[in-house]
Amino acid sequence: MSALDELTPPAEQDLAPAVDVRVRTVSRGRKVRNDLAIGGLYVAMIVAVIPLVAVIWTVVAKGLSGFSLGFLTNDLPHITNLTDAQIKALGLHISTKPAAGPAVVGTLLITAAASAMAIPLGVLGAVYLNEYGKQKPFARVVRFMSDVMVGVPSVVLGLFIYSVWVLRFGQSGLAGALALACLMLPIVIRTAEEMLRLVPDELRTSSAALGSRTWRTTCSVVLPAALPGIVSGAMLAVARAAGETAPVLFTVGVITATNASLSGPNTTLSLQIFSNAKSANPLANQIAWTAALTLICLVFVLTLLSRLISARFASKRS
Amino acid sequence: MPPPDPSRPSSLGTQSPSEDSPVTATANGITVAGVPTTQVPAPPPHEPETAEAAPVVAIEPGHAPGPEPVREAVFKIEKLSVSYGSAMAVRDVDLEIGRHEITALIGPSGCGKSTFIRCLNRMNDLIDNARVTGAVRYHGVDLYGRDVSPVEVRRRIGMVFQKPTPFPKSIFDNVAYGPRIGGTHRGLDDIVEQALRRAALWDEVKDRLKKSALGLSGGQQQRLCIARAIAVQPDVLLMDEPCSALDPIATARIEDLMQELKERFTIVIVTHNMQQAARASDRTAFFTTEVSETSDNRTGVLVESDVTERIFSNPSDERTENYITGRFG
Repeated sequence: MSALDELTPPAEQDLAPAVDVRVRTVSRGRKVRNDLAIGGLYVAMIVAVIPLVAVIWTVVAKGLSGFSLGFLTNDLPHITNLTDAQIKALGLHISTKPAAGPAVVGTLLITAAASAMAIPLGVLGAVYLNEYGKQKPFARVVRFMSDVMVGVPSVVLGLFIYSVWVLRFGQSGLAGALALACLMLPIVIRTAEEMLRLVPDELRTSSAALGSRTWRTTCSVVLPAALPGIVSGAMLAVARAAGETAPVLFTVGVITATNASLSGPNTTLSLQIFSNAKSANPLANQIAWTAALTLICLVFVLTLLSRLISARFASKRS
Repeated sequence: MPPPDPSRPSSLGTQSPSEDSPVTATANGITVAGVPTTQVPAPPPHEPETAEAAPVVAIEPGHAPGPEPVREAVFKIEKLSVSYGSAMAVRDVDLEIGRHEITALIGPSGCGKSTFIRCLNRMNDLIDNARVTGAVRYHGVDLYGRDVSPVEVRRRIGMVFQKPTPFPKSIFDNVAYGPRIGGTHRGLDDIVEQALRRAALWDEVKDRLKKSALGLSGGQQQRLCIARAIAVQPDVLLMDEPCSALDPIATARIEDLMQELKERFTIVIVTHNMQQAARASDRTAFFTTEVSETSDNRTGVLVESDVTERIFSNPSDERTENYITGRFG
């Protein structure tokens, strides 16, 4: 008690505070610099947001008018320069409403097939790298190669599948899926390995101390712990693949009627945008814009899904 | 030794109902004589030497005051050395660890206590450049022998670590993890309840077994890890500074727990806390660091091991005395 008393300053009322906090001691120049820096940050933020908002605004503004449920399901309309009145006069029964059903089906089909190939393979590869290979020479080579692969332009992957597959078997949805799988694989491997690396080693040691083999530890402890991260990484890879144009450019072809199988030429939203945007026909342009909107929505949903999954797992664990 | 059981799961199953009531009641209620025979897991079929060599290995009576019963050695460690790469971490350790005793390993930081205890269930195998020489005889069988599977070793010799390491699963799944990997899928409810009771955690978690183990406090997590380790019915429990991350209350609970567990398991504990060693252990082994004269390498050596009271009252080595009186380390 006595020691405490000594530490407490005497409560004398007449002692004025040593520093009056109402007096500004910071120099004027410093305040100006501070305000300038903060102003600069706001300006930079606004400039950075402009292209982002502009892209979304343009796509929504131009694409929304062509959007309908029919756009997602109907076959492509005939692209003609005839007006509706002329078509009616000629007695033709053709649709002039924008639609890209084949591209929607093709995108979903090809991306799903690519994911089915790349995600399991990529996760297994990551498990090898992080749990078994570690710093072994082979693992280091694989790790380095997948790093390089992440940076390889996607057109190269399209060309690769074109030369080893398409030249022999022709264009098909499967060829496109193979090219997209090549694109996704390194992304999945690297993100999954990062997520596995985040799992604390103590969990592995504890599991081993209970008499668990490495594969058992991996399946029962390590993978479940890393799952949210792996899933969200995989979702982002899927979103990336869904929007790619170059890998499918040589490998898929372009069709106007829905092909719900992996064999035979197919089409994707990105291809539809690519081929229709160049056209001078307003209907073709409309299809391109609406396809762009559809693609953005698809990527948005996938990204949101990946966020939701990781958030849900994260809250479950705590 | 027990008659060799053909399979552990079945022995677990038949044993559970006959087992005595929760340990939480009183430690004295448990009889040492009856229980141990059912506790030691049967030797696996591919380790025939275990059964032959198993018969009691007597250690010469200790120097404890009063008549001491003949001790039975669980571990006989001979000339054990461990090196990491070119650096030798522990050199020439000879030690015997008796059954149903709590053996404390004490000594200054870096003296190789943790390295040593990790040799007793081959956890050093998981470190890439660790090399172990010498012999660790467990019921007469060298754990580092050619035919010995480290996985089997770890099922019999459990370990609790410094930091509580619950898996990101439910409390139930954490405790059931060991039995499940051992192939037990029936009667898990009983096994889990019993393990949690023995770890003095049951009353606190019985209503939230399905909740995540990460929601427990540090002390509860550590007791969960103990429950998880004893759920596989090991023969030996190794504890590597199990209380260093805990507050005094949680520490006291774990020390009480050790006294209860000792009736069933052999316990080896590494501790930095000399009071803990003095309070909780039957025997104490003192390690220290020797600095090489030619290089700067530090190597851990075992100075002496004896009955705890003697180590703390009348150690035979001057270095031990200096350490426990606080003159170094």
